[in-house]
Amino acid sequence: MAAISRDDVAHLAKLARIEMLPEELDHLATELGQILGAVARVQEVATSNIAPTSHPLSMSNVFRDDVVKPSLTNEEALSGAPAKVDDRFKVPQILGEE
Amino acid sequence: MSSIHLTAAEMASALSKGEVSSVELTKEHLDRIALVDGKINAFLYVDSEGALTQAEAIDKKRAKGGELSPLAGIPIAVKDILAQKGIPTTAGSKILEGWRPPYDATVISKLKAAGVVILGKTNMDEFAMGSSTENSAYGTTQNPWDLSRTPGGSSGGSAAAVAAFEAPLAIGTDTGGSIRQPAALTGIVGVKPTYGGVSRYGVIAYSSSLDQVGPFGRTVLDTALLHEAIAGHDERDSTSINAPVPQVVAAAKRLDVKGMKIGVIKELSGSGFQAGVSARIAESLELLVAAGAEIVEVSCPNFEYALAAYYLIAPSEASSNLARFDSMRYGIRIGDDGSRGAEEVMSATREAGFGKEVKRRIILGTYALSSGYYDAYYGSAQKVRTLVKQDFEKAFAKVDVLVSPVTPTTAFKIGEKSSDPVAMYLSDIATIPVNMAGIGGMSLPVGLAEEDGLPVGLQIMAPLMQDDRFYRVGATLEAALLAKWGKPILSNAPDLAAQK
Repeated sequence: MAAISRDDVAHLAKLARIEMLPEELDHLATELGQILGAVARVQEVATSNIAPTSHPLSMSNVFRDDVVKPSLTNEEALSGAPAKVDDRFKVPQILGEE
Repeated sequence: MSSIHLTAAEMASALSKGEVSSVELTKEHLDRIALVDGKINAFLYVDSEGALTQAEAIDKKRAKGGELSPLAGIPIAVKDILAQKGIPTTAGSKILEGWRPPYDATVISKLKAAGVVILGKTNMDEFAMGSSTENSAYGTTQNPWDLSRTPGGSSGGSAAAVAAFEAPLAIGTDTGGSIRQPAALTGIVGVKPTYGGVSRYGVIAYSSSLDQVGPFGRTVLDTALLHEAIAGHDERDSTSINAPVPQVVAAAKRLDVKGMKIGVIKELSGSGFQAGVSARIAESLELLVAAGAEIVEVSCPNFEYALAAYYLIAPSEASSNLARFDSMRYGIRIGDDGSRGAEEVMSATREAGFGKEVKRRIILGTYALSSGYYDAYYGSAQKVRTLVKQDFEKAFAKVDVLVSPVTPTTAFKIGEKSSDPVAMYLSDIATIPVNMAGIGGMSLPVGLAEEDGLPVGLQIMAPLMQDDRFYRVGATLEAALLAKWGKPILSNAPDLAAQK
Protein backbone atom coordinates (compact mmCIF):
# COMPACT_ATOMS: atom_id res chain seq x y z
CA MET A 1 0.00 0.00 0.00
CA ALA A 2 1.22 3.43 -0.94
CA ALA A 3 2.32 5.32 2.14
CA ILE A 4 1.81 9.03 1.95
CA SER A 5 3.35 11.27 4.55
CA ARG A 6 2.20 14.51 6.07
CA ASP A 7 5.08 16.26 4.28
CA ASP A 8 3.94 14.77 0.95
CA VAL A 9 0.47 16.22 1.51
CA ALA A 10 1.96 19.58 2.48
CA HIS A 11 3.94 19.61 -0.77
CA LEU A 12 0.89 18.63 -2.84
CA ALA A 13 -1.22 21.29 -1.12
CA LYS A 14 1.41 23.88 -2.01
CA LEU A 15 1.39 22.74 -5.64
CA ALA A 16 -2.40 22.89 -5.67
CA ARG A 17 -2.39 26.33 -3.99
CA ILE A 18 -4.47 25.28 -1.01
CA GLU A 19 -3.34 26.62 2.36
CA MET A 20 -3.96 23.76 4.76
CA LEU A 21 -4.18 23.63 8.52
CA PRO A 22 -1.89 21.12 10.30
CA GLU A 23 -4.81 18.90 11.35
CA GLU A 24 -6.09 18.83 7.77
CA LEU A 25 -2.69 17.62 6.59
CA ASP A 26 -2.70 14.76 9.10
CA HIS A 27 -6.23 13.75 8.26
CA LEU A 28 -5.63 13.83 4.50
CA ALA A 29 -2.39 11.84 4.76
CA THR A 30 -4.32 8.97 6.37
CA GLU A 31 -7.26 9.21 3.94
CA LEU A 32 -5.10 9.46 0.84
CA GLY A 33 -3.18 6.40 1.96
CA GLN A 34 -6.47 4.47 2.15
CA ILE A 35 -7.74 5.77 -1.18
CA LEU A 36 -4.44 5.09 -2.95
CA GLY A 37 -4.46 1.59 -1.48
CA ALA A 38 -7.86 1.04 -3.10
CA VAL A 39 -7.09 2.60 -6.48
CA ALA A 40 -3.62 1.07 -6.92
CA ARG A 41 -5.45 -2.02 -8.22
CA VAL A 42 -5.32 -0.48 -11.69
CA GLN A 43 -1.66 -1.58 -11.82
CA GLU A 44 -2.71 -5.26 -11.74
CA VAL A 45 -4.00 -5.19 -15.33
CA ALA A 46 -2.27 -2.15 -16.87
CA THR A 47 0.39 -4.02 -18.81
CA SER A 48 2.80 -2.35 -21.25
CA ASN A 49 1.03 -3.72 -24.35
CA ILE A 50 -2.19 -1.78 -23.68
CA ALA A 51 -2.60 1.65 -25.26
CA PRO A 52 -3.93 4.33 -22.91
CA THR A 53 -7.31 5.99 -23.58
CA SER A 54 -7.46 9.67 -22.70
CA HIS A 55 -10.86 10.40 -24.18
CA PRO A 56 -13.94 8.41 -25.22
CA LEU A 57 -14.17 9.78 -28.75
CA SER A 58 -11.35 9.89 -31.26
CA MET A 59 -11.40 13.49 -32.36
CA SER A 60 -8.96 15.93 -33.82
CA ASN A 61 -8.63 19.58 -32.96
CA VAL A 62 -11.50 21.79 -34.00
CA PHE A 63 -10.61 25.11 -35.56
CA ARG A 64 -12.70 27.98 -36.82
CA ASP A 65 -11.85 30.87 -39.08
CA ASP A 66 -10.11 33.71 -37.30
CA VAL A 67 -13.05 36.09 -37.52
CA VAL A 68 -14.20 38.39 -34.74
CA LYS A 69 -17.57 37.28 -33.33
CA PRO A 70 -19.80 38.90 -30.72
CA SER A 71 -18.52 38.22 -27.22
CA LEU A 72 -18.85 39.56 -23.68
CA THR A 73 -18.50 43.30 -23.19
CA ASN A 74 -15.75 44.56 -20.94
CA GLU A 75 -18.34 45.33 -18.29
CA GLU A 76 -19.85 41.82 -18.48
CA ALA A 77 -16.45 40.17 -18.29
CA LEU A 78 -15.62 42.19 -15.18
CA SER A 79 -19.05 41.74 -13.57
CA GLY A 80 -17.90 38.93 -11.26
CA ALA A 81 -14.49 40.32 -10.39
CA PRO A 82 -13.67 40.37 -6.66
CA ALA A 83 -11.86 43.68 -7.29
CA LYS A 84 -11.46 45.91 -10.32
CA VAL A 85 -9.88 49.19 -11.25
CA ASP A 86 -11.03 51.15 -14.30
CA ASP A 87 -11.79 48.45 -16.83
CA ARG A 88 -9.33 45.89 -15.56
CA PHE A 89 -9.16 43.09 -12.97
CA LYS A 90 -7.39 44.22 -9.82
CA VAL A 91 -5.22 41.47 -8.36
CA PRO A 92 -2.84 41.27 -5.39
CA GLN A 93 0.86 41.69 -6.02
CA ILE A 94 2.11 38.94 -8.34
CA LEU A 95 5.89 39.42 -8.37
CA GLY A 96 7.98 39.37 -5.18
CA GLU A 97 9.94 42.38 -3.94
CA GLU A 98 12.96 43.09 -6.11
CA MET B 1 -57.39 20.84 -9.95
CA SER B 2 -53.62 20.87 -9.85
CA SER B 3 -51.65 19.85 -12.92
CA ILE B 4 -48.38 19.06 -11.16
CA HIS B 5 -48.95 15.31 -11.20
CA LEU B 6 -49.32 15.20 -15.00
CA THR B 7 -46.42 14.05 -17.14
CA ALA B 8 -44.65 16.68 -19.24
CA ALA B 9 -46.23 15.17 -22.36
CA GLU B 10 -49.68 15.52 -20.77
CA MET B 11 -48.90 19.10 -19.74
CA ALA B 12 -47.89 19.86 -23.33
CA SER B 13 -51.17 18.49 -24.56
CA ALA B 14 -53.19 20.42 -21.95
CA LEU B 15 -51.32 23.61 -22.92
CA SER B 16 -51.98 23.16 -26.62
CA LYS B 17 -55.68 22.52 -25.99
CA GLY B 18 -55.90 25.62 -23.82
CA GLU B 19 -56.95 23.61 -20.75
CA VAL B 20 -54.20 25.26 -18.75
CA SER B 21 -51.87 28.21 -19.35
CA SER B 22 -48.14 28.21 -18.82
CA VAL B 23 -48.57 30.90 -16.16
CA GLU B 24 -51.01 28.66 -14.25
CA LEU B 25 -48.71 25.66 -14.62
CA THR B 26 -45.72 27.68 -13.46
CA LYS B 27 -47.60 29.11 -10.46
CA GLU B 28 -48.72 25.63 -9.43
CA HIS B 29 -45.11 24.46 -9.43
CA LEU B 30 -43.88 27.55 -7.57
CA ASP B 31 -46.61 26.92 -4.97
CA ARG B 32 -45.51 23.31 -4.67
CA ILE B 33 -41.89 24.42 -4.15
CA ALA B 34 -43.02 26.87 -1.46
CA LEU B 35 -44.99 24.06 0.20
CA VAL B 36 -42.46 21.20 0.20
CA ASP B 37 -38.96 22.46 -0.55
CA GLY B 38 -38.36 23.38 3.09
CA LYS B 39 -38.52 19.63 3.72
CA ILE B 40 -36.25 18.40 0.94
CA ASN B 41 -33.98 21.37 0.09
CA ALA B 42 -33.86 20.54 -3.62
CA PHE B 43 -33.52 24.15 -4.79
CA LEU B 44 -30.64 26.53 -4.15
CA TYR B 45 -32.36 29.37 -5.97
CA VAL B 46 -35.93 29.84 -7.18
CA ASP B 47 -36.39 32.41 -9.95
CA SER B 48 -40.14 33.04 -9.61
CA GLU B 49 -40.03 36.31 -11.50
CA GLY B 50 -37.99 34.99 -14.44
CA ALA B 51 -40.15 31.87 -14.65
CA LEU B 52 -43.42 33.81 -14.71
CA THR B 53 -42.06 36.26 -17.29
CA GLN B 54 -41.08 33.38 -19.58
CA ALA B 55 -44.45 31.68 -18.99
CA GLU B 56 -46.35 34.87 -19.89
CA ALA B 57 -44.32 35.27 -23.07
CA ILE B 58 -45.12 31.69 -24.12
CA ASP B 59 -48.84 32.13 -23.36
CA LYS B 60 -48.88 35.28 -25.52
CA LYS B 61 -47.07 33.54 -28.34
CA ARG B 62 -49.50 30.64 -28.16
CA ALA B 63 -52.50 32.99 -28.19
CA LYS B 64 -51.15 34.57 -31.37
CA GLY B 65 -50.90 31.13 -32.96
CA GLY B 66 -47.10 31.21 -33.11
CA GLU B 67 -45.01 28.11 -33.79
CA LEU B 68 -44.04 26.48 -30.49
CA SER B 69 -41.68 23.64 -29.63
CA PRO B 70 -43.07 20.51 -27.88
CA LEU B 71 -41.95 21.59 -24.38
CA ALA B 72 -42.90 25.27 -24.66
CA GLY B 73 -44.47 26.55 -21.45
CA ILE B 74 -43.42 23.57 -19.33
CA PRO B 75 -41.42 24.19 -16.13
CA ILE B 76 -37.99 22.71 -15.49
CA ALA B 77 -35.39 22.62 -12.70
CA VAL B 78 -31.71 22.99 -13.60
CA LYS B 79 -28.67 21.70 -11.71
CA ASP B 80 -26.67 24.61 -10.34
CA ILE B 81 -23.62 23.66 -12.38
CA LEU B 82 -24.94 25.26 -15.60
CA ALA B 83 -24.21 28.94 -16.05
CA GLN B 84 -27.37 31.00 -16.40
CA LYS B 85 -27.06 34.67 -17.18
CA GLY B 86 -27.77 36.88 -14.17
CA ILE B 87 -28.84 33.95 -11.95
CA PRO B 88 -26.67 32.88 -9.00
CA THR B 89 -24.64 29.83 -10.04
CA THR B 90 -22.58 28.11 -7.34
CA ALA B 91 -21.91 24.48 -8.35
CA GLY B 92 -22.69 23.81 -4.68
CA SER B 93 -19.47 25.58 -3.65
CA LYS B 94 -18.72 28.48 -1.36
CA ILE B 95 -16.00 29.62 -3.72
CA LEU B 96 -18.67 30.75 -6.22
CA GLU B 97 -21.02 32.27 -3.65
CA GLY B 98 -22.69 35.35 -5.11
CA TRP B 99 -21.44 34.79 -8.65
CA ARG B 100 -23.93 35.68 -11.38
CA PRO B 101 -22.68 34.44 -14.76
CA PRO B 102 -22.55 36.97 -17.59
CA TYR B 103 -23.65 34.35 -20.15
CA ASP B 104 -25.87 31.30 -20.66
CA ALA B 105 -24.67 27.72 -21.05
CA THR B 106 -25.72 26.32 -24.45
CA VAL B 107 -28.23 24.00 -22.77
CA ILE B 108 -29.80 27.03 -21.02
CA SER B 109 -29.97 28.91 -24.35
CA LYS B 110 -31.66 25.91 -25.94
CA LEU B 111 -34.19 25.61 -23.13
CA LYS B 112 -34.99 29.33 -23.35
CA ALA B 113 -35.32 29.16 -27.14
CA ALA B 114 -37.65 26.17 -26.80
CA GLY B 115 -39.84 28.18 -24.41
CA VAL B 116 -39.16 25.93 -21.44
CA VAL B 117 -39.77 27.74 -18.13
CA ILE B 118 -36.73 27.62 -15.84
CA LEU B 119 -37.95 27.53 -12.24
CA GLY B 120 -34.54 27.67 -10.59
CA LYS B 121 -31.26 26.02 -9.77
CA THR B 122 -30.94 22.77 -7.83
CA ASN B 123 -28.66 21.52 -5.10
CA MET B 124 -25.71 19.23 -5.79
CA ASP B 125 -22.50 17.88 -4.35
CA GLU B 126 -19.85 20.59 -4.60
CA PHE B 127 -18.51 20.65 -8.18
CA ALA B 128 -20.42 17.37 -8.77
CA MET B 129 -18.02 15.49 -6.51
CA GLY B 130 -20.16 13.10 -4.53
CA SER B 131 -23.00 10.60 -4.58
CA SER B 132 -25.39 12.00 -1.97
CA THR B 133 -25.52 15.88 -2.10
CA GLU B 134 -23.96 15.77 1.38
CA ASN B 135 -20.93 17.55 -0.08
CA SER B 136 -22.95 20.65 -0.98
CA ALA B 137 -21.80 23.80 0.82
CA TYR B 138 -25.50 24.72 1.13
CA GLY B 139 -26.88 21.74 3.06
CA THR B 140 -28.01 18.26 2.08
CA THR B 141 -31.04 17.46 -0.07
CA GLN B 142 -33.47 14.95 1.45
CA ASN B 143 -34.99 12.05 -0.45
CA PRO B 144 -38.76 12.62 -0.94
CA TRP B 145 -39.34 8.89 -0.25
CA ASP B 146 -37.75 9.12 3.20
CA LEU B 147 -36.44 12.39 4.58
CA SER B 148 -33.74 10.61 6.61
CA ARG B 149 -32.14 9.32 3.39
CA THR B 150 -30.10 10.96 0.64
CA PRO B 151 -31.55 11.35 -2.86
CA GLY B 152 -28.16 10.29 -4.25
CA GLY B 153 -25.90 12.64 -6.12
CA SER B 154 -24.34 14.57 -7.39
CA SER B 155 -27.51 15.75 -9.21
CA GLY B 156 -29.60 14.96 -6.11
CA GLY B 157 -31.46 18.28 -6.07
CA SER B 158 -32.68 17.83 -9.64
CA ALA B 159 -33.80 14.25 -9.00
CA ALA B 160 -35.55 15.14 -5.72
CA ALA B 161 -37.34 18.09 -7.39
CA VAL B 162 -38.81 15.83 -10.09
CA ALA B 163 -39.71 13.04 -7.64
CA ALA B 164 -41.40 15.60 -5.34
CA PHE B 165 -43.48 17.09 -8.20
CA GLU B 166 -41.73 20.45 -7.87
CA ALA B 167 -40.91 20.18 -11.59
CA PRO B 168 -41.86 17.62 -14.24
CA LEU B 169 -38.39 17.78 -15.79
CA ALA B 170 -34.85 18.58 -14.72
CA ILE B 171 -31.32 18.89 -16.04
CA GLY B 172 -28.40 17.10 -14.42
CA THR B 173 -24.83 16.18 -15.21
CA ASP B 174 -23.27 12.74 -15.02
CA THR B 175 -19.53 12.16 -14.64
CA GLY B 176 -19.61 8.76 -12.93
CA GLY B 177 -23.33 8.21 -12.39
CA SER B 178 -24.53 11.59 -11.12
CA ILE B 179 -27.77 11.47 -13.15
CA ARG B 180 -28.48 7.72 -13.13
CA GLN B 181 -27.76 7.07 -9.44
CA PRO B 182 -30.06 9.82 -8.02
CA ALA B 183 -32.74 8.86 -10.59
CA ALA B 184 -32.57 5.29 -9.27
CA LEU B 185 -32.71 6.36 -5.62
CA THR B 186 -35.73 8.63 -6.14
CA GLY B 187 -37.78 6.45 -8.52
CA ILE B 188 -37.57 8.59 -11.65
CA VAL B 189 -36.00 8.28 -15.13
CA GLY B 190 -32.53 9.72 -15.73
CA VAL B 191 -30.35 9.56 -18.82
CA LYS B 192 -26.66 10.08 -19.38
CA PRO B 193 -26.47 10.67 -23.14
CA THR B 194 -23.52 9.54 -25.24
CA TYR B 195 -20.46 11.67 -24.42
CA GLY B 196 -20.52 14.69 -26.75
CA GLY B 197 -24.25 14.28 -27.42
CA VAL B 198 -25.17 17.39 -25.41
CA SER B 199 -23.03 20.55 -25.29
CA ARG B 200 -20.91 21.16 -22.19
CA TYR B 201 -20.39 24.85 -23.00
CA GLY B 202 -21.16 26.84 -19.86
CA VAL B 203 -21.19 23.75 -17.66
CA ILE B 204 -18.68 24.11 -14.83
CA ALA B 205 -16.11 21.40 -15.59
CA TYR B 206 -15.24 18.59 -13.19
CA SER B 207 -13.69 15.83 -15.30
CA SER B 208 -13.84 16.91 -18.91
CA SER B 209 -13.35 13.51 -20.56
CA LEU B 210 -16.25 12.08 -18.51
CA ASP B 211 -18.74 14.93 -17.85
CA GLN B 212 -22.05 14.84 -19.73
CA VAL B 213 -25.28 16.84 -19.37
CA GLY B 214 -28.55 14.92 -19.46
CA PRO B 215 -32.29 14.87 -18.72
CA PHE B 216 -34.48 13.71 -15.82
CA GLY B 217 -38.22 13.00 -16.13
CA ARG B 218 -40.93 10.91 -14.49
CA THR B 219 -41.50 8.92 -17.69
CA VAL B 220 -39.32 7.65 -20.51
CA LEU B 221 -41.18 9.77 -23.06
CA ASP B 222 -40.80 12.97 -21.01
CA THR B 223 -37.09 12.28 -20.65
CA ALA B 224 -36.81 11.71 -24.41
CA LEU B 225 -38.60 15.00 -25.17
CA LEU B 226 -36.10 16.87 -22.99
CA HIS B 227 -33.16 14.90 -24.43
CA GLU B 228 -34.05 16.00 -27.96
CA ALA B 229 -34.53 19.59 -26.83
CA ILE B 230 -31.00 19.88 -25.41
CA ALA B 231 -28.96 17.58 -27.69
CA GLY B 232 -27.01 18.40 -30.81
CA HIS B 233 -23.75 19.78 -32.12
CA ASP B 234 -22.38 23.01 -30.65
CA GLU B 235 -19.42 24.78 -32.17
CA ARG B 236 -18.62 26.18 -28.72
CA ASP B 237 -17.85 22.69 -27.37
CA SER B 238 -14.98 21.09 -29.25
CA THR B 239 -15.96 17.64 -27.94
CA SER B 240 -19.52 17.95 -29.18
CA ILE B 241 -20.43 15.30 -31.78
CA ASN B 242 -21.22 16.69 -35.21
CA ALA B 243 -23.81 14.11 -36.22
CA PRO B 244 -27.61 13.85 -36.17
CA VAL B 245 -29.17 13.44 -32.71
CA PRO B 246 -30.48 9.89 -32.12
CA GLN B 247 -34.27 9.77 -32.59
CA VAL B 248 -35.05 9.16 -28.95
CA VAL B 249 -38.64 10.46 -28.93
CA ALA B 250 -39.65 8.10 -31.72
CA ALA B 251 -37.86 5.28 -29.88
CA ALA B 252 -39.75 6.09 -26.66
CA LYS B 253 -43.05 5.70 -28.54
CA ARG B 254 -42.21 2.43 -30.21
CA LEU B 255 -43.07 0.04 -27.34
CA ASP B 256 -41.65 -3.05 -28.96
CA VAL B 257 -38.54 -5.10 -28.19
CA LYS B 258 -39.28 -8.19 -30.27
CA GLY B 259 -36.07 -9.87 -31.37
CA MET B 260 -33.81 -7.53 -29.39
CA LYS B 261 -30.90 -9.11 -27.58
CA ILE B 262 -30.39 -7.87 -24.05
CA GLY B 263 -27.10 -8.63 -22.31
CA VAL B 264 -26.94 -9.10 -18.56
CA ILE B 265 -23.50 -8.19 -17.23
CA LYS B 266 -22.34 -11.07 -15.05
CA GLU B 267 -19.92 -8.89 -13.05
CA LEU B 268 -22.69 -6.44 -12.12
CA SER B 269 -25.06 -8.92 -10.51
CA GLY B 270 -25.30 -11.30 -7.59
CA SER B 271 -23.28 -10.75 -4.44
CA GLY B 272 -22.64 -7.13 -3.60
CA PHE B 273 -26.16 -6.13 -4.63
CA GLN B 274 -29.03 -5.80 -2.14
CA ALA B 275 -31.48 -8.72 -2.44
CA GLY B 276 -34.46 -6.45 -3.11
CA VAL B 277 -32.53 -4.74 -5.89
CA SER B 278 -31.63 -8.04 -7.57
CA ALA B 279 -35.23 -9.28 -7.25
CA ARG B 280 -36.67 -6.25 -9.09
CA ILE B 281 -34.03 -6.54 -11.81
CA ALA B 282 -34.82 -10.24 -12.32
CA GLU B 283 -38.53 -9.44 -12.56
CA SER B 284 -37.81 -6.76 -15.20
CA LEU B 285 -35.87 -9.25 -17.29
CA GLU B 286 -38.86 -11.63 -17.19
CA LEU B 287 -41.12 -8.85 -18.45
CA LEU B 288 -38.69 -8.08 -21.29
CA VAL B 289 -38.62 -11.77 -22.26
CA ALA B 290 -42.41 -11.81 -22.24
CA ALA B 291 -42.28 -8.79 -24.57
CA GLY B 292 -40.18 -10.76 -27.04
CA ALA B 293 -36.59 -9.92 -26.10
CA GLU B 294 -33.85 -12.47 -25.70
CA ILE B 295 -31.64 -12.40 -22.60
CA VAL B 296 -27.96 -13.29 -22.97
CA GLU B 297 -25.38 -13.32 -20.19
CA VAL B 298 -22.19 -11.45 -21.05
CA SER B 299 -18.94 -10.99 -19.18
CA CYS B 300 -17.06 -7.71 -18.76
CA PRO B 301 -14.08 -8.89 -16.72
CA ASN B 302 -12.34 -5.52 -16.52
CA PHE B 303 -15.26 -3.64 -14.98
CA GLU B 304 -13.95 -4.54 -11.54
CA TYR B 305 -11.05 -2.14 -12.18
CA ALA B 306 -13.20 0.69 -13.52
CA LEU B 307 -14.00 2.22 -10.13
CA ALA B 308 -10.30 2.42 -9.20
CA ALA B 309 -9.43 3.93 -12.58
CA TYR B 310 -12.24 6.46 -12.25
CA TYR B 311 -10.99 7.67 -8.87
CA LEU B 312 -7.65 8.42 -10.50
CA ILE B 313 -8.86 9.92 -13.79
CA ALA B 314 -11.62 12.14 -12.40
CA PRO B 315 -9.51 13.68 -9.58
CA SER B 316 -6.60 14.18 -11.99
CA GLU B 317 -8.77 16.09 -14.44
CA ALA B 318 -10.42 17.94 -11.55
CA SER B 319 -7.09 19.09 -10.16
CA SER B 320 -6.45 20.75 -13.50
CA ASN B 321 -10.00 22.06 -14.14
CA LEU B 322 -10.40 23.57 -10.68
CA ALA B 323 -7.18 25.56 -11.03
CA ARG B 324 -9.40 28.21 -12.61
CA PHE B 325 -10.82 29.09 -9.20
CA ASP B 326 -7.99 31.44 -8.38
CA SER B 327 -9.93 34.37 -6.82
CA MET B 328 -8.77 36.75 -9.54
CA ARG B 329 -11.63 37.04 -12.07
CA TYR B 330 -14.76 35.79 -10.32
CA GLY B 331 -15.86 34.10 -7.11
CA ILE B 332 -14.83 34.98 -3.59
CA ARG B 333 -11.43 36.37 -2.55
CA ILE B 334 -10.06 35.84 0.96
CA GLY B 335 -7.17 37.57 2.71
CA ASP B 336 -6.48 40.37 0.24
CA ASP B 337 -5.34 42.87 2.87
CA GLY B 338 -2.61 44.52 0.82
CA SER B 339 0.18 42.66 2.62
CA ARG B 340 -0.18 39.34 0.85
CA GLY B 341 0.84 38.39 -2.66
CA ALA B 342 -1.46 36.81 -5.26
CA GLU B 343 -0.31 33.28 -4.52
CA GLU B 344 -1.03 33.60 -0.81
CA VAL B 345 -4.45 35.11 -1.46
CA MET B 346 -5.16 32.33 -3.95
CA SER B 347 -4.19 29.65 -1.41
CA ALA B 348 -6.22 31.25 1.38
CA THR B 349 -9.26 31.57 -0.90
CA ARG B 350 -9.06 27.95 -2.04
CA GLU B 351 -8.67 26.78 1.56
CA ALA B 352 -11.78 28.70 2.63
CA GLY B 353 -13.80 28.20 -0.55
CA PHE B 354 -13.43 24.47 -1.23
CA GLY B 355 -15.05 21.76 0.88
CA LYS B 356 -13.40 18.61 2.19
CA GLU B 357 -14.18 16.26 -0.69
CA VAL B 358 -13.08 18.80 -3.30
CA LYS B 359 -9.76 19.32 -1.53
CA ARG B 360 -9.34 15.57 -1.17
CA ARG B 361 -9.82 15.05 -4.90
CA ILE B 362 -7.61 17.96 -5.94
CA ILE B 363 -4.78 16.64 -3.76
CA LEU B 364 -5.31 13.07 -4.99
CA GLY B 365 -5.30 14.25 -8.61
CA THR B 366 -2.22 16.39 -8.05
CA TYR B 367 -0.50 13.31 -6.64
CA ALA B 368 -1.60 11.01 -9.49
CA LEU B 369 -0.29 13.48 -12.06
CA SER B 370 2.99 14.28 -10.34
CA SER B 371 6.26 13.16 -11.81
CA GLY B 372 7.35 9.76 -10.55
CA TYR B 373 3.74 8.63 -9.99
CA TYR B 374 2.13 9.56 -13.31
CA ASP B 375 2.73 6.21 -15.05
CA ALA B 376 1.83 4.10 -12.04
CA TYR B 377 -1.46 5.88 -11.36
CA TYR B 378 -2.87 8.12 -14.10
CA GLY B 379 -1.16 6.15 -16.90
CA SER B 380 -2.41 2.82 -15.54
CA ALA B 381 -5.91 4.21 -15.11
CA GLN B 382 -5.95 5.26 -18.78
CA LYS B 383 -5.02 1.72 -19.76
CA VAL B 384 -7.89 0.36 -17.67
CA ARG B 385 -10.10 2.75 -19.59
CA THR B 386 -9.02 1.02 -22.80
CA LEU B 387 -9.85 -2.38 -21.28
CA VAL B 388 -13.32 -1.20 -20.15
CA LYS B 389 -14.02 0.15 -23.65
CA GLN B 390 -12.97 -3.18 -25.15
CA ASP B 391 -15.23 -5.08 -22.74
CA PHE B 392 -18.18 -3.00 -23.96
CA GLU B 393 -17.21 -3.46 -27.62
CA LYS B 394 -17.04 -7.24 -27.22
CA ALA B 395 -20.37 -7.30 -25.38
CA PHE B 396 -22.13 -5.08 -27.93
CA ALA B 397 -20.92 -7.40 -30.71
CA LYS B 398 -23.32 -9.96 -29.21
CA VAL B 399 -26.22 -7.87 -27.90
CA ASP B 400 -28.21 -4.70 -28.69
CA VAL B 401 -28.26 -3.28 -25.15
CA LEU B 402 -26.70 -4.18 -21.81
CA VAL B 403 -28.47 -4.08 -18.45
CA SER B 404 -27.49 -4.04 -14.79
CA PRO B 405 -28.74 -2.55 -11.53
CA VAL B 406 -27.93 1.18 -11.32
CA THR B 407 -26.82 0.97 -7.70
CA PRO B 408 -25.83 -1.81 -5.28
CA THR B 409 -28.45 -0.64 -2.75
CA THR B 410 -31.53 1.56 -2.44
CA ALA B 411 -31.21 5.07 -0.97
CA PHE B 412 -28.85 5.16 2.00
CA LYS B 413 -29.20 7.19 5.19
CA ILE B 414 -27.83 10.71 5.41
CA GLY B 415 -24.51 10.46 7.24
CA GLU B 416 -24.19 6.71 6.68
CA LYS B 417 -21.24 6.94 4.29
CA SER B 418 -20.09 10.52 4.61
CA SER B 419 -17.12 9.69 6.82
CA ASP B 420 -15.87 6.83 4.65
CA PRO B 421 -14.91 8.06 1.15
CA VAL B 422 -14.17 4.58 -0.21
CA ALA B 423 -17.62 3.26 0.86
CA MET B 424 -19.25 6.29 -0.77
CA TYR B 425 -17.28 5.72 -3.99
CA LEU B 426 -18.62 2.13 -4.15
CA SER B 427 -22.16 3.37 -4.77
CA ASP B 428 -21.02 4.30 -8.31
CA ILE B 429 -19.63 0.86 -9.16
CA ALA B 430 -22.24 0.01 -11.82
CA THR B 431 -22.50 3.45 -13.42
CA ILE B 432 -18.83 4.38 -13.86
CA PRO B 433 -17.94 1.99 -16.74
CA VAL B 434 -20.46 3.85 -18.96
CA ASN B 435 -18.64 7.18 -18.46
CA MET B 436 -15.25 5.54 -19.00
CA ALA B 437 -16.37 4.30 -22.44
CA GLY B 438 -18.36 7.45 -23.28
CA ILE B 439 -21.52 5.51 -24.12
CA GLY B 440 -25.03 6.45 -22.98
CA GLY B 441 -27.14 4.87 -20.25
CA MET B 442 -30.59 5.16 -18.69
CA SER B 443 -31.84 4.59 -15.17
CA LEU B 444 -35.42 3.30 -15.19
CA PRO B 445 -37.47 2.82 -12.00
CA VAL B 446 -38.49 -0.85 -11.88
CA GLY B 447 -40.22 -1.13 -8.53
CA LEU B 448 -39.59 -1.04 -4.80
CA ALA B 449 -37.24 -3.25 -2.83
CA GLU B 450 -39.23 -5.52 -0.53
CA GLU B 451 -37.06 -5.02 2.53
CA ASP B 452 -37.28 -1.21 2.66
CA GLY B 453 -39.98 -0.09 0.20
CA LEU B 454 -37.54 2.17 -1.64
CA PRO B 455 -37.14 2.54 -5.43
CA VAL B 456 -34.83 0.37 -7.52
CA GLY B 457 -33.32 1.44 -10.84
CA LEU B 458 -32.47 -0.69 -13.86
CA GLN B 459 -29.57 0.57 -15.95
CA ILE B 460 -29.89 0.14 -19.72
CA MET B 461 -26.80 0.86 -21.82
CA ALA B 462 -26.29 1.16 -25.58
CA PRO B 463 -23.30 1.69 -27.90
CA LEU B 464 -22.01 5.19 -28.74
CA MET B 465 -24.69 7.39 -30.38
CA GLN B 466 -27.30 4.60 -30.20
CA ASP B 467 -29.14 6.28 -27.31
CA ASP B 468 -32.46 5.52 -29.02
CA ARG B 469 -31.99 1.85 -28.11
CA PHE B 470 -32.26 2.36 -24.33
CA TYR B 471 -35.31 4.60 -24.83
CA ARG B 472 -36.96 1.83 -26.85
CA VAL B 473 -36.23 -0.84 -24.24
CA GLY B 474 -36.98 1.53 -21.34
CA ALA B 475 -40.37 2.61 -22.70
CA THR B 476 -41.41 -0.97 -23.42
CA LEU B 477 -40.50 -2.12 -19.92
CA GLU B 478 -42.09 0.98 -18.37
CA ALA B 479 -45.39 0.14 -20.10
CA ALA B 480 -45.23 -3.49 -18.95
CA LEU B 481 -44.52 -2.41 -15.36
CA LEU B 482 -47.32 0.15 -15.37
CA ALA B 483 -49.74 -2.50 -16.63
CA LYS B 484 -48.63 -4.76 -13.78
CA TRP B 485 -48.80 -2.09 -11.04
CA GLY B 486 -51.87 -0.25 -12.29
CA LYS B 487 -50.39 3.08 -11.10
CA PRO B 488 -47.10 4.98 -11.43
CA ILE B 489 -44.30 4.16 -9.00
CA LEU B 490 -44.30 7.66 -7.45
CA SER B 491 -47.87 7.17 -6.21
CA ASN B 492 -46.30 4.94 -3.54
CA ALA B 493 -44.19 7.79 -2.16
CA PRO B 494 -45.37 9.42 1.08
CA ASP B 495 -47.35 12.65 0.95
CA LEU B 496 -44.63 15.27 1.44
CA ALA B 497 -47.02 18.05 2.38
CA ALA B 498 -48.19 15.98 5.36
CA GLN B 499 -44.66 15.19 6.55
CA LYS B 500 -43.04 16.94 9.46
